[in-house]
Amino acid sequence: MPKAQHIKPKKGDVLLLTGTMKGAFIFRSNKRRSSWDMGGPYFPGSAVYAMAYDGKRVWAGPSSMHFGALLRSSENFGKTWTNPVEANVKFPAQTDAALKNIWQIAIGTDGTMYCGVEPAALFKSTDGGETWDLEEGLWNHPQRSKWVPGGGGLCLHTILLDPEDRRRICVAVSTAGFYVTDDGGASWRPSNKGVRAEFLPDKHPEFGQCVHKVVQSKQQPDRMYLQNHWGLYRSDDRGLSWNDVANGVPSDFGFAMGIHPRNPDTAWIVPLEADMFRCTPEGKLRVYRTQNAGKKWQPMTKGLPQKDAYETVIRDAMGVDPLDPVGVYFGTRSGKLFASRDDGKSWSTVIDGLPPIVCVKAAIA
Amino acid sequence: MSVVVTIPGPLQELARNRRQVRIKGEVRSVSDALSLLWNECPGVRDRVLTERGDVRQHINIFVDGESIRDIDGLSSAVRDGAEIVILPAVSGG
Repeated sequence: MPKAQHIKPKKGDVLLLTGTMKGAFIFRSNKRRSSWDMGGPYFPGSAVYAMAYDGKRVWAGPSSMHFGALLRSSENFGKTWTNPVEANVKFPAQTDAALKNIWQIAIGTDGTMYCGVEPAALFKSTDGGETWDLEEGLWNHPQRSKWVPGGGGLCLHTILLDPEDRRRICVAVSTAGFYVTDDGGASWRPSNKGVRAEFLPDKHPEFGQCVHKVVQSKQQPDRMYLQNHWGLYRSDDRGLSWNDVANGVPSDFGFAMGIHPRNPDTAWIVPLEADMFRCTPEGKLRVYRTQNAGKKWQPMTKGLPQKDAYETVIRDAMGVDPLDPVGVYFGTRSGKLFASRDDGKSWSTVIDGLPPIVCVKAAIA
Repeated sequence: MSVVVTIPGPLQELARNRRQVRIKGEVRSVSDALSLLWNECPGVRDRVLTERGDVRQHINIFVDGESIRDIDGLSSAVRDGAEIVILPAVSGG
């Protein structure tokens, strides 16, 4: 097994938590973000779709093809990791379900933790990640039996913890759509009004959309953007309704999204050509940015390959840091990690040669 | 009776760095042997079985050289002195 190298972050440094199909890596830079040190590989051989930083610990959800998935954490930026004796995220016996993968880790300001998994379910921890319980309100939802797996399996891949109301949580499931609870998880309702389902006879069902990613503004939580399996949407009412904002994009198919930490009118996406060809259109790797809430999206190409670049950027492979100007980061299925330190205007390569990248999260140490 | 269980390399850390663990007790089946192994090495259980109690898809268990998938699964009979080997399957990509 490869010997991991480690980073030594100082307080205020920028971290890029990067999950790949063959392990996790942690990149570090100072606030200038002009050069990066690499830590890893951690969990070599395991797919790491979910990572997070809670201000003290780095969290990861490595999934071994052989030995299963569990949540692990590190208090020293990867030098050592917990290795729970008992798998910490597991389905109760009465569900007759077995965990396949951990897709998302979300940490609330009060320390409550959530993780989204495959098969599609939400788990919650109120003791700092020591123990986890299945959120039965969603698991027992009457529509769940009609949810169907997408290309990545039947996964709960997006968790949005409302910045103003901790009882309000939104999740996205492929393929089920966008669901909301207002009572801390006791009851859930689908909220897909306006989001189309190209692959169903009824193009606007109550649920069943293949939502790929949703982001929410921390400053103005009513504002959300949604990248669908065909369809690019904005909501101005916390997801109650969605309006098409695919203006100026070469395709409204894609996965990854990022939203500006302070300006709800600014977001980034990486359009892909089509569901039948999930690569960047025209062989050009372009991040599209809107600065007017989706009225227009403009290509950001400086520093990105614009010839013979048939890249794929999947749903969690984009991250945004909170600095000014904002740092935007994304990774590709071909193992390239790109960084922008100027709101996406220009880009540089952090590394080229990682295993397929499936998760990029930016954080401040 | 006693049986010996061989632990795969990546899990030996969870078996106090042992390659083999000798199990003594009332053992009629692979399931019985593994239950005793879990008492000795609880961390190995969830890496070998799912929470449904199934052997993970890419784990193979052999009794005296024969895969339990070709016999009676976890109910496969175990003789006194048998060797049970847990191995990761040839899987990857």
